[in-house]
Amino acid sequence: MNSEPSSNTAKDDPELQSGSGVSRRTFLKISAAAGGGLLLGFIMPEKIWRTATAEAKAEAKFAPNAFIRIGRTGLVTFIMPYVEMGQGTYTSIPMLIAEELEVDLKQVTLEAAPPDIRHYANPLLQMQVTGGSTSVKAAWEPLRRAGAAARMVLVAAAAQKWKVDPASCRAHKGKVTHTASGRTLAYGALVDTAATLPMPDKIVLKDPKDFTLIGTPAKRLDAPNKVNGKAIFGIDVKLPGMKIATVTACPVFGGKLASVDDSRAKTIKGVRQVVRLDNAVAVIGDHMWAAKQGLAALTITWDEGPHAKINSADIVAQLDAASRQESAAVAGKAGDAAKAMAGAVTKVEAVYQMPFLAHATMEPMNCTVHVGKDECHVWVGSQIVTHAQAAASEVTGLPLEKVHVHNQLLGGGFGRRLEVDCITQAVQIAKHVNYPVKVVWTREEDIRHDMYRPYYYDRIAAGLDEQGTPVAWQHRIAGSSVYARWMPAAFKDGFDPDVEGADKPLYTLPNILVEYVRQEPPGIPTGFWRGVGPTHTIFVVESFIDELAAAAKKDPVEYRRALLDNSPRAAAVLDLAAKKAGWGTPLPARHGRGVSVQFAFGSYIAQVVEVEVRKDGDVRATRVVCAVDCGVTVNPDTVKAQIEGGIMFGLTAALYGEITLKDGRVEQSNFHDYQMLRINEAPAVEVYLVKSAEAPGGIGEPGTAALAPALMNAIFAATGTRIRKLPVNRLELRST
Amino acid sequence: MVTLRINGVEKTVDVPDDMPLLWVLRDVLGLTGTKFGCGMAQCGACTVHLDGHPIRSCIMPVAAVGKKPITTIEAIGQTPVGKKVQKAWQDLEVVQCGYCQSGQIMAATALLKAHPNPSDSDIDAAMAGIICRCGTYVRIRAAIKQAGQPS
Repeated sequence: MNSEPSSNTAKDDPELQSGSGVSRRTFLKISAAAGGGLLLGFIMPEKIWRTATAEAKAEAKFAPNAFIRIGRTGLVTFIMPYVEMGQGTYTSIPMLIAEELEVDLKQVTLEAAPPDIRHYANPLLQMQVTGGSTSVKAAWEPLRRAGAAARMVLVAAAAQKWKVDPASCRAHKGKVTHTASGRTLAYGALVDTAATLPMPDKIVLKDPKDFTLIGTPAKRLDAPNKVNGKAIFGIDVKLPGMKIATVTACPVFGGKLASVDDSRAKTIKGVRQVVRLDNAVAVIGDHMWAAKQGLAALTITWDEGPHAKINSADIVAQLDAASRQESAAVAGKAGDAAKAMAGAVTKVEAVYQMPFLAHATMEPMNCTVHVGKDECHVWVGSQIVTHAQAAASEVTGLPLEKVHVHNQLLGGGFGRRLEVDCITQAVQIAKHVNYPVKVVWTREEDIRHDMYRPYYYDRIAAGLDEQGTPVAWQHRIAGSSVYARWMPAAFKDGFDPDVEGADKPLYTLPNILVEYVRQEPPGIPTGFWRGVGPTHTIFVVESFIDELAAAAKKDPVEYRRALLDNSPRAAAVLDLAAKKAGWGTPLPARHGRGVSVQFAFGSYIAQVVEVEVRKDGDVRATRVVCAVDCGVTVNPDTVKAQIEGGIMFGLTAALYGEITLKDGRVEQSNFHDYQMLRINEAPAVEVYLVKSAEAPGGIGEPGTAALAPALMNAIFAATGTRIRKLPVNRLELRST
Repeated sequence: MVTLRINGVEKTVDVPDDMPLLWVLRDVLGLTGTKFGCGMAQCGACTVHLDGHPIRSCIMPVAAVGKKPITTIEAIGQTPVGKKVQKAWQDLEVVQCGYCQSGQIMAATALLKAHPNPSDSDIDAAMAGIICRCGTYVRIRAAIKQAGQPS
């Protein structure tokens, strides 16, 4: 997938880069791209705003940058560069702006940003993307600055009206007050004046001690409409004349459509059209039922292609061979691991395996498209609207600016909506008709045509000295590289950045060699999945360090603690989690506690899982205690919610998650055979936040990554059985 | 032609008898608060009330509804228990992506109507049919308990 064409980046636009002004033509172009707002953005020179004020006046709005518009009525609109998929960005990001703009969150309405990398790129990833637990980290500085700049101009506007020194005025709750006289003007009354004023030369951010929003548990702005059915997700989009389509792609990856007999389908009431694509067939109907019935009535012949004989065992055998091959890319290295291993008193070795996983977002994949003669509209919930736009442009042949992407709330993302396969397909289908069409995948299509979390196969070994301390550490990872396909520039020197968590373990390990071998599963598309690299690497590293503790006959917390001298924040969360969990206190038979500690996505967390392993092998996590140091917290309640949810997501995968292949086909199809954790299996969760002034870390994914190793370590404590292959095989845990 | 009583209003729709209620609500009547998740009564996202009882609308043929009243998420807030549930959901910040929450709230409201002060096992029995992929279960449990308290 192409990302952005070069013409859409600031560095290729000399007018924008010079900062000396901007032509009216360019202004109109970029202004339109930002939904009518005037622009400042992350890389726009601030002086452009001055040139643009004439247009701002004409609109009777104050739009000091790409993120804020204020109308005469005082209506404040924030344009959201990060999408809402449950992680709370539609509250935490507004909190950053509102804190500095000095408005009440209740005053604010939100708007999804259009595709526009120049103004809405995630500065950490250089793409307009929501993912990798980066939103708050990325927005922390720029969006506070955006709010502060606007507030300073509004204060200057009031000061000008009153002919007083701006320093004698203060902004609070959407108003400016002249402190000495008590005169007050609401922002709405200041927008016309503000629009004529220059941006401040120097933006002054609030002192954190003066924060009134950041760090407080703000109510989620998206919650009211999510409890009364009014929230609109992509799948809920309604347009005049719209029809509904559903689709089936070749069950074998890489296969093609050979022929289809649609005579029966066309007799079904409500079926409008059967659309043949290269590798799929779609039926368009008046409603989903007609489309589904129509699809079921087709007789389809597939050309199954080269992968029709692939089974899971073949893929595992290929990974095993890759893990043994002579050469591999070096992802992390210190000291001389081989030499130290040779001199070790004890050697511990293990192979760990993690399965393919589907995302199974609760909202099945869907996309609504209207292809017109000169333009194309796409309504979708996407984590990367610029890719959605590029995909539609590629299929239609229309230039990017003629493709309008209207982003919607996402009914779960988890990395699935970083992909545009469904969008490409929906546009292909919509090209066949002249009305808007909503393409909705069935759950079966969703499970069988995901871009799966890769199968990982890890070989790991450590050498211990007489005290049981690790003197050598060798870890080789074999698996698919998602980055090599998705962001090729990030796949450098033969290894994938998703080695995060393995390449530099937290522990003091003087002699370490971490290697990576890329081995792609034939035909199987792989993609990012909640927790990305660390969900795999932390499972291996934190399970294996537990194995070393056992080999050294030491307590798992004490063993880790002794190796964390160089990481005080990790040691602190470990201590906190152990204390709150009552580590060391007795438990009944076949109950156990397990621990994991990690640094991933910029945050430190430690988890203690309590487990009961029943005699029939059934595993119940009964309690999870999690200590979190994610630096400054913006909305602490959301941080807790993300950890709680991340734990359930990790637990689902550890207990149930497994996609398998037979004859090139995914064997699972719906929630009866691709099981999800349910409320009766949900543990009690306690989350403890460490107060910190450090820069914010990510929080959407760490909770997921930490769960599996802590759970497996707890199972080991309860039963003495070490689980090295996920998901848990209950047969191994039966008590005889 | 089928006549349905939905949220206190009669609606006549020209749809096949075997069409599941879910698609009548969503695609014919535009009541999109009720969600599609699996199409086989596995996830509960499509839960609505039929004559006060929670049902999976994705497998309920419209012809089988008869004259029994249907209540959806769009109107549950007009009932005293539904209103309390929605309030508890917001007080405790249950929702994340929110996609399953219509089903969760419909199931919780039905539970609380039958058991105003439910035990943990009552909650498990009533709510285990509704999957939340964001993992909001801890808060769902707490919110049901709050909504069960006398106001």
